[in-house]
Amino acid sequence: MTTAAPPIVRERPRPAPAPGGPSRSPLRRGDPGPAWLFLAPFGIFYLAFLIGPTIFMIVASFFNTSLVHTDLGSFAGFKNYAEMLTRADFWSAMWHTLQFTIYTTPPLVILAFIFAVLTNRVRRGQWFFRLAFFMPYVLPSATISLIWVFVFTPATGLWALVESWFGITPGNGVLANPNTAMIGIAIATVWWTLGFNFVLYLAGLQEIPRELYEAAAVDGASNWAQIRYITLPLLSRTTTLVILLQIIASLKIFDQVYLMTGGGPGISTQVALGLITGTAFTDDRVGAASAASVLLFIVIVAVAVVRQLFDRSAARKEA
Amino acid sequence: MTTVTDSTDVRRPQRVVTGAAPAANGARIGTSGRGFQIVSAIVLIVFAIIWLIPSLFALKTSLTDNGVAALGAGSILKDWNPTLHSYASFFHAGDIWNWYIASAITSVITAVLTVFFASMAAFALSRLRFRGRNFTLLLIVLGIMIPTQVLIVPIFQELNAMNLLNTYWSVIFPQVPAVIAVFIFKQFFDGIPADLEEAARIDGAGRWRVYWSVILPLSRPVLAAVTILTFVGVWNNLLLPLFVLTNPDLMTIPVGLATVQSSYGQRYADIQAGAILAALPLIILYLVFQRQIVEGVTGSGLKG
Repeated sequence: MTTAAPPIVRERPRPAPAPGGPSRSPLRRGDPGPAWLFLAPFGIFYLAFLIGPTIFMIVASFFNTSLVHTDLGSFAGFKNYAEMLTRADFWSAMWHTLQFTIYTTPPLVILAFIFAVLTNRVRRGQWFFRLAFFMPYVLPSATISLIWVFVFTPATGLWALVESWFGITPGNGVLANPNTAMIGIAIATVWWTLGFNFVLYLAGLQEIPRELYEAAAVDGASNWAQIRYITLPLLSRTTTLVILLQIIASLKIFDQVYLMTGGGPGISTQVALGLITGTAFTDDRVGAASAASVLLFIVIVAVAVVRQLFDRSAARKEA
Repeated sequence: MTTVTDSTDVRRPQRVVTGAAPAANGARIGTSGRGFQIVSAIVLIVFAIIWLIPSLFALKTSLTDNGVAALGAGSILKDWNPTLHSYASFFHAGDIWNWYIASAITSVITAVLTVFFASMAAFALSRLRFRGRNFTLLLIVLGIMIPTQVLIVPIFQELNAMNLLNTYWSVIFPQVPAVIAVFIFKQFFDGIPADLEEAARIDGAGRWRVYWSVILPLSRPVLAAVTILTFVGVWNNLLLPLFVLTNPDLMTIPVGLATVQSSYGQRYADIQAGAILAALPLIILYLVFQRQIVEGVTGSGLKG
């Protein structure tokens, strides 16, 4: 949106102030000192905990770095990358991340859209629907994981109880089966994060001019036709945004997997960040973990760049 | 900011139509509208109940005896002897207090530092002219794209080198540079008319005075939103404290809960009480600051 727009800058031609009276025109141009003082506190943290670690991650990916030594260790060249790109568990983690994205994105987009459109149209009780759908989003991943692991308890859990109501014989538990564990994590995630997309869609709905619906209604368009031909197309920008945000969030998934399955059974739900932290903190192979981090970093930044480009083109169209 | 909460703004078109387009089809649209309303409401209510069930079931379990809870979901639903035993034992064991303190300290300090530093930076970018301004803006846009979670390994090593592991600072410092906060503040500041500063400037106020006494007081809504969202984000963070805090006395709530899962075994009521206790401050926060949270989430989602 506004990243593309030229920043609003106050440019007031002012006479150069007399020495000793800088306070009379504090916002004039050409005195960079105070500006940098305002930027410095944030800038120090930005450099120390965003740029610094990024550079160190890239450097360490070319060395046999370990946790116990403070130095980088011996030079490894591209060996860490070669190792990661040929390791089966790396590709399996990447595949699980993709699998998670495929499972969660459609319900998170479609259900959030439906809930938002319907909530926007009901006259009463909007607060209740917002509470029901959005509240889980502010809960810690630890809470949602404990709840869903319990719901998925083999044989005696709530999920098994509901299954038995429908005549399905509860198996050995959704999370204990390598074929369904990721589905269980996806269900918990959809329940947890749908509220985020829901409020994004609600916000998008606010921006559709009421006149459009009025005109359509005058022409006899049904409610469904209005949604199909007005709401859906006008919310397409929000939908693209929601999908891209969902892909980025999926690539960074860690909490639910760590807490619900620990990557198991076996490595059937191991995802990229789980592999990275395991390689670094359990195997003590920081160099290899850094190489995997760089690869994941590149993928995420690539999607984020697509997002920025999309935002810019959308902003240009609006202008 | 987009007022999500005030969605009554988009009124149903039908009402207007009956006024604008007389008699002819007004009634028909009115009825179809009512039918649609009812279908919408039913679909929504069904899904809302589905969405509420996991939380309510967790709450019910936490109020059940551990022995009954171990028998399964059916027994939990049929049980009508609510007990606060699980909560009492949690508070009695004492760990939860340490976890609350750790989460509260780290969340509050991070929120204060983030809001303070990010709003200062945003003020410079919005109101001051200086060399390197465009470059700084570029750094901000780039910073938004950096996935901080992926930096967990180098951040761990950096904190190790700084001797900060197993201190609250190890959780606080890496979360202070929330670039999105600068972005949100800058957008808000850009919308504040310049005239409001004029009077202060004529009175001889310096940059700091303009920032502190003019801009910040006008920015209360966005300050509140960013403060709350930062607080929630830090409170809920698992990845960072999981690896930088290994001392049980310093663990934040999510890390502490992760240990509950593995060590409590079949004490389901206790486990669910823990899940509820971890969420309780956030549930209260949500109920009090619903509007700010929804607006903030929408703002950062759309702009970040």
